[in-house]
Amino acid sequence: MKRLNYRTKAVILAAALIVILVFLYALGSLIPESAVAGSFLEAGQPPSRKHLFGTDSLGRDLFLRTLKGMSLSLTVGFSASMISAVIAVVVGVIAATGSKRADAVINWVIDLVMSVPHTILVILISFAMGRGLKGLLIGIAATHWCSLARLIRGEVLQLRSQQYAAVSRKLGKSSGWILIHHLLPHLLPQFLIGLILMLLHAILHEAAISFLGFGLPPEQSAIGIILSESMRYLSAGMWWSAMLPGLSLVLIVLLVDRLGERLRTVLDPYSAQE
Amino acid sequence: MKLEAKKVSFRYDRKRPWVLENLELSVNEGERLALLAPSGYGKTTLAMLLAGYLRPQEGEILLDGKPLPQKGVCPVQLIYQHPEKAINPRWRLRKVLEEAGAFSEETLSSFGIEPDWLSRFPRELSGGELQRFCVARALLSGPKFLICDEISAMLDTVTQAQLWRRILEEGERQPLGMIVITHNLFLAKQVCTRGYDLEKGESIEL
Repeated sequence: MKRLNYRTKAVILAAALIVILVFLYALGSLIPESAVAGSFLEAGQPPSRKHLFGTDSLGRDLFLRTLKGMSLSLTVGFSASMISAVIAVVVGVIAATGSKRADAVINWVIDLVMSVPHTILVILISFAMGRGLKGLLIGIAATHWCSLARLIRGEVLQLRSQQYAAVSRKLGKSSGWILIHHLLPHLLPQFLIGLILMLLHAILHEAAISFLGFGLPPEQSAIGIILSESMRYLSAGMWWSAMLPGLSLVLIVLLVDRLGERLRTVLDPYSAQE
Repeated sequence: MKLEAKKVSFRYDRKRPWVLENLELSVNEGERLALLAPSGYGKTTLAMLLAGYLRPQEGEILLDGKPLPQKGVCPVQLIYQHPEKAINPRWRLRKVLEEAGAFSEETLSSFGIEPDWLSRFPRELSGGELQRFCVARALLSGPKFLICDEISAMLDTVTQAQLWRRILEEGERQPLGMIVITHNLFLAKQVCTRGYDLEKGESIEL
């Protein structure tokens, strides 16, 4: 078989990672609520063939709960980071192309949001927005766009001063046309990689906020919830109730991280030609 | 048609020295003016002023007695020195030409552009090949004046000759006014009808 080059390998790996993530998402969302209802007869069992991750103190199957939790993490993470990335592009483009005052205001807001620790801000916004899925989504989406917006602002400023953009204007093209045809396509790599990096953060924040009790309601099968419930039973020797769902969270974050790394390899001009 | 610079002064920043001061220059249609000066005398700055990319701090640039239009296709087109910077690296070359307007296969061959280059990306062509696209793009927009800023410096002599022959043909056909910036006095003598020395600030015989 012909040896694949670096770029092709990276594309194949990225595609495989996307397939795995989609598969995990689908698996989790296909499990009905009744499957994780649990029974007290099976409470607190260690991992076995019947219950791969064991059961929790209420007798719910932890493997199924973890799968549902991962699916939920991906949903929250992806929607929140998608919203956040779109906000980042819009804000970044406005800062770079709008008036000086708009630029100053946007930079001030970015500094303000970035100066407060993320977790505290997410907790506050999520709490103010009525907690639950909605609060968590808004909280994460409203706090993660800053660094990407700054990056995009810089990129647009640099692109706007390019000769081909100036030539385009002299060929009678409008600012909007130049934005869509000359500038936005150049921002796609930053957008995609920013999105994936944000996805990581969003998943971890979702778990952290739910763990602290400010996010999803306790009956949801979220990994943060599972972890916070397991706290009480760890000293009773139920190591599996924290260990295995926790490792699953690490696994999903690692998968997303690898995906971001592969995409960067493909899109970054320095490594794309290797 | 007449493109003129009236008492034009320009500097890049208030704290910096003037690049051009009280410059008077005019070109009529059908005329080809060579702009000669050593490096650092503001040749490219003047080119950008005349094509409306920059605005003078004092004085004005007039086309037929009126300022250059700010919107729409500019009747004064500038061809830059570095074609690889003047073409969007993410566009196929067909789109580069389409940006300026409709074109036919025949116009392409007269500019020395092969049809299969149209589906390529800019990095797949050499500097000289790309410069032909820049020239074609500028001429396709139907300008009245063409400003060429060292456009053939990166080409070998045969290609230079081909490119200039094509530009001159087009210049005769449309009556086009041209300003040619070059270091090369021999090129200026071949191509232009008169010259201007930016260093001394006076017209010169070619």
